[in-house]
Amino acid sequence: MNNGILIGQYVPSDSFIHRLDPRTKIMTIFFFVIFVFFANSTLSYAWLTLFALTVTFATKIRFIFILKGLTPVWFLIVFTFLLHLFVTKEGTVLIEAFALKIYSGAIIQGVAISFRFFLLILVTSLLTLTTTPIEITDAIESLLHPLKKIKFPVHELALMMSISLRFIPTLMQETEKISKAQASRGVDFRTGPLKDRIQAVVPLLVPLFVSAFKRAEELAMAMEARGYQGGEGRTKLRELKMETIDIISLITFAVVILVLFFLRT
Amino acid sequence: MDISFNQVSYTYQPNTPFEHHALKDLSFTIPSGSFVAVVGHTGSGKSTLIQHLNGLLRPTAGKVQIGDYHLMANKKVTSIKSLRKHVGVVFQYPEHQLFEETIKKDIAFGPRNFNTPQAEIEKRIPEVMAAVNLPLAILERPPFDLSGGQMRRVAIAGVLAMDPSVLVLDEPTAGLDPKGQQQIMDMFYQLHQEKKLTTILVTHSMEDALRYADHMIILDHGSKYMEGRPVDIFKEKEKLQAVQLDLPEIIHFLRRIEERFGISIPYRKQTMAELATEIKTKLKGVSKHE
Ligand SMILES: Nc1ncnc2c1ncn2[C@@H]1O[C@H](COP(=O)(O)OP(=O)(O)OP(=O)(O)O)[C@@H](O)[C@H]1O
Ligand SMILES: [Mg+2]
Repeated sequence: MNNGILIGQYVPSDSFIHRLDPRTKIMTIFFFVIFVFFANSTLSYAWLTLFALTVTFATKIRFIFILKGLTPVWFLIVFTFLLHLFVTKEGTVLIEAFALKIYSGAIIQGVAISFRFFLLILVTSLLTLTTTPIEITDAIESLLHPLKKIKFPVHELALMMSISLRFIPTLMQETEKISKAQASRGVDFRTGPLKDRIQAVVPLLVPLFVSAFKRAEELAMAMEARGYQGGEGRTKLRELKMETIDIISLITFAVVILVLFFLRT
Repeated sequence: MDISFNQVSYTYQPNTPFEHHALKDLSFTIPSGSFVAVVGHTGSGKSTLIQHLNGLLRPTAGKVQIGDYHLMANKKVTSIKSLRKHVGVVFQYPEHQLFEETIKKDIAFGPRNFNTPQAEIEKRIPEVMAAVNLPLAILERPPFDLSGGQMRRVAIAGVLAMDPSVLVLDEPTAGLDPKGQQQIMDMFYQLHQEKKLTTILVTHSMEDALRYADHMIILDHGSKYMEGRPVDIFKEKEKLQAVQLDLPEIIHFLRRIEERFGISIPYRKQTMAELATEIKTKLKGVSKHE
């Protein structure tokens, strides 16, 4: 089913990146995403690439596997490059064919922007590759905690997120199971006229909804039976804790950003 | 239809960190008309195996042959739908596949997909309802307000209505009450004999394997561990225990009798009453000689 598609998939390993506090990772990535836009020279790009690659290798996940997982995104990256290539009109004309003029500035722009895009996606995908969805939710709840003061329902939001995340794999499994069962009863999801294929979705969707509603009801009852009454006074099983390694990582990242500003032109 | 597996391997999500070799170099043949039990510990690859029988999965290596249909790694099967018409599969928890507004429509869903004439479908519905022991009166009711056990029966009826010649059952009685389990298994066995079906049963119940199957395949971590007649398989207690499988109670009991009194009674699918009489006569014979 989810052969090869990697976005949002956790890959367990014992690297120190995996063990970092999820808040460290989220903050680092948040600022990385911002500072990528400050890179403007070859040297500054090289520096950020070096940082991204070092982190990638530190995750101990096979690089080829990560690249393959980004397959659906390659299209976007190439598209961005082509867009800039044809639209930007700066620098000298390099090639002139038919009605098209390709400028030197366009190539530079295209490479820079699509490379920036690649860095962004690589680094953000590292977050989900090395952090379980539950950790991400906990971190978001903790980072958004100050918003509670303005009556923002932080706990409820985090709970909704973690429940949805928890049930995504279940739902995917269920979809696979039911589509196999219906295929065995002669439903053809893949070939035939469009009208038939749309109709073929009904025997898949109805059981999925039935079981999703049943599951939601059971979950609500099970939570109530175990005394859940909202976030007030609720303690956590997994306490997030900043360790020395997190501090070191954050400081290292701050240094990386400082150096970036020296490398800008 | 004869079924044969020729050095079949299947790998889930190949070339990823999640790569999992679910079947490894599996070979066996199932002659037409036999009743085969597939057993093995949880995760041993039983469900993966049976999904090859109607082309839901294609082997990543090796060859599966079902009658005239051939499944191989790089060859797309053109006639997959007609294969599925011949091979009926009852999955684990089949009640999850119900979706129509009425029980009748749901049972008719399979045969309709395979272009069975309406008159033929109308004829089959009462037959399969009788087979799964449900009253015809409920045909117009929606399937969702039945009990779990009844929903299971409706789902099974829906597969039987396709009139398959190969019946594949993946733990069809899991989660039912003991009496319902027995009823459903007896029903499958009766159909197997009446319609000369080829039946493949995945089960965790050694009792069922012994009672119904004439051939048994034991899987362990995706490989074939043992294969043979159930009575022969159950002679090897230690070998079975090595893969966390137990002897059926009745075999266990007969072994104890043999150890205790030195009389051996071969298992021939006797009922409890027949067995009791047999033990009585044999024991009397033993005490008379003393
Ligand atoms: N879609 C999938 N993706 C990856 N691995 C899978 C998938 N489906 C099954 N597996 C793995 O393949 C192995 C065999 O699974 P299978 O469902 O065939 O076991 P089983 O013998 O039917 O077990 P059970 O008795 O619990 O039903 C398991 O280890 C399982 O984790
Ligand atoms: Mg199974």
